[in-house]
Amino acid sequence: MSPPSIETRGLTKSFGNFTAVDTLNLRVEGAKCVGFLGPNGAGKTTALKLLTDMIFPTRGECFLNGVSVQLNRKRALEAAGVLIESPEIYPSLTPFQALQMVADLRNVPVAEQKGRIMTSLEEVKMADWAHKKVGRFSKGMKQRVNIAAALVHDPEILLLDEPATGLDPRGMAEVRDIVRGLKKRNRLIFMSSHILPEVTDVCDEVALINQGKLLFYDTLDNVTAKFSRGQTSVDVSLTTAITDAEVGVKVEALPSVLRVERLDGRRLRLYMSGGPLEQAAALKGLIDAGLAVVAFQEAKSALEEVYLSQISRGD
Amino acid sequence: MGATAPAAMAAADPSNSGARRSPPSYIQVLRLVRYQLRDYLMSRRFILMIGIVAILGAILTAVVGYYRPAGLLGTSANFYNQLWAGGVTIVIIFAGVIFGGDAIAGEFQNKTGYFLMGLPIRRATVYTGKYIAAFVSAFVALTAFAAILVANGAFYFGSGAFTVAFGESFLLAVVYLLALLGATFLFSSLFKTSTYAVLVVAVMFIFGFSILQTVVALIVKIEPWFIISYASPIIGYPFDPTIPAHYVQEMLGGPGGPVVQTWNPTYIEGILIMLGYFVFTAVGGLLLFEREEFS
Repeated sequence: MSPPSIETRGLTKSFGNFTAVDTLNLRVEGAKCVGFLGPNGAGKTTALKLLTDMIFPTRGECFLNGVSVQLNRKRALEAAGVLIESPEIYPSLTPFQALQMVADLRNVPVAEQKGRIMTSLEEVKMADWAHKKVGRFSKGMKQRVNIAAALVHDPEILLLDEPATGLDPRGMAEVRDIVRGLKKRNRLIFMSSHILPEVTDVCDEVALINQGKLLFYDTLDNVTAKFSRGQTSVDVSLTTAITDAEVGVKVEALPSVLRVERLDGRRLRLYMSGGPLEQAAALKGLIDAGLAVVAFQEAKSALEEVYLSQISRGD
Repeated sequence: MGATAPAAMAAADPSNSGARRSPPSYIQVLRLVRYQLRDYLMSRRFILMIGIVAILGAILTAVVGYYRPAGLLGTSANFYNQLWAGGVTIVIIFAGVIFGGDAIAGEFQNKTGYFLMGLPIRRATVYTGKYIAAFVSAFVALTAFAAILVANGAFYFGSGAFTVAFGESFLLAVVYLLALLGATFLFSSLFKTSTYAVLVVAVMFIFGFSILQTVVALIVKIEPWFIISYASPIIGYPFDPTIPAHYVQEMLGGPGGPVVQTWNPTYIEGILIMLGYFVFTAVGGLLLFEREEFS
C-alpha cells in the first residue's frame, strides 16, 4: 500500500482581485505531522477548503492519495478525516448519533460502529456526553466532538484547521496527544495552527504560507537551522536590579553574547550566537560574575524566530 | 515555487489506497435521510408544524361543530371541498417554509455544512437527502391535517367520509407539496442566510405568487400557466361535479363594461405545472448548490 499523500499543483484561488492562494505547489507524503503556518489571512484555511472541495480553485488541482479532489471529491475524501472551520453539528443529535451518521456515510461496518464511536469519544474525553444533545454543548465540547468525527473511521490522512480552537489548555494538550498517537499509527496529519509551541511539539515538518504564497516547506530541524543562522535570544531574570555599567562589564562581555536588551530593571534579553552549549556557558558566566540569576530561558522558540523573520520579510 | 519534503517518497498509487470505500450515493441518500429526519422530527420546527396543524384542525372542528352549516354538511364532497381543499394549501405552504426554507441556506449560515462536506459525499447526495427528509416531514404534517378532516368527516358522514375523491385530492396535494418544496429548495440555495431564505419563501408563497397571478391575468391578460399558485385549485377539482371552464370572459357590470378574462387550469395542465415546477426548481436549486462555496 502506498504511503498517504497530499498534493497541490499550481493551486490558485482568487476572490475578485484578491488572490488568497497563489500557485501553491506542495507535496506531502508519508506518516508524519506537517504544521501549516501563516498569519491571519495568509491563505491557510482557504488552502484547506480547496483540499476538501468546500471551495473551488481558480486554477490548479489538489490530490489526496493521488485522487483529484476536484474531479472525484467522494473518492478523494474517503481517505481523509477533515476538520475545517469548527463546524456545527445538527443540534438535536447527540455526539453518538452524529458520529454514527459519519460512520454510516463512510461505510464503517455496523458491527464496528459502536466500538469505534466510543473509542473516538473517549480519545477526546467526551464519552460521558455521548448521549446528550449537542445543541447544549460549549464551543470547546463541540470542537472535541468534531475531532472525534474526523477520527471515527481511522483515516489515513487528517486535515485539521486549527484543531485547538475553542479548547482549554487541557484540551490543547489532548489534541497534541491525539496527533502523536496518530503519527505512531502511520497517519499523515496536515494541520494549520497559530500556536507555534504546539507545532514545535508535534510536527515533523512545517510549511509556511504568507499572502497566499508558500515561503518554505521543510523539516522542522532544517528550517530552524537554515533560517535562524545559529542565533537565539534568551531572557534572564535577576533577583535585584542591574545597572547599565554592570550590564556592560558582566553581561555584554560574555563571549557568545551579541547584544543585550533591557526589558526592565532586573530583566534582560540576550541575543546570542551558538546553541545550547553557548547558552550553558553564558549562564555559568553570569553566575560567576556574581549575578543572582533566577530564570534563564529562551525568549522565543527557534520556530518563532524563523516565523517572525520570514513573515516580516514577506510584508 | 514547488516544495517536496526531503523525506518524500514515490508517488502514491490511488488504486493502492487503503481507504475504506464509501457506499454508493443512493445508499448515502437513504442514510442521510434517516439522520435528517431524526433531526427534523426531534426539532422544535416539527413541534411548531404539528402545532399549526393541530390549531387549524381544532378551529375547523370547533367552528363546524358549533355552527353546523347546512351547505357545508350537505355532502362529504362539499365538506372536503371547502375545508380540505381550502386549508391544505396553507398547510403545504407552512410545511414548505418550515422544513425547506432554510434547508440549504442553513447549512451555510449554521456551519453544519462544514460537518457534512468534509465527508466523502456528493453535493447532489446531500441535496437529495435533505429534500427527501423535508418532504417526508411535510408529508407527515399533511397527513395529520388529512386525518383530522377525515375524522370530522367520519363523524358527520360515517363511512361516506372515505371517498375516492378525497384520495385523488390528497394525491394532488402531495404533487403540489413536491412542487412547493422544489421551489423552497431553489430559494434556499440562492441565499446563505436562513432568514432571507425563509422570508422570501414565505412572502412568495403566501402573497407573491397570488399577486403575480392576478397581475398576469388581469393586466397582461395572458394565462398564468407559469405561476405555481395557478395550479393549486386543481386540488379541489375531485369534489366539484363540474370542473370550471378553462377560459371565461365576462363583462363587469353587464354589456359595455370592462372585459375581465379568467383562466382556470385543467387537470392535466395543473399537474404538469406542478411537476414542471418540481423538476425545474429542484434541478435549479441543485445546480446552485453544486456551485455554492463554503467560503
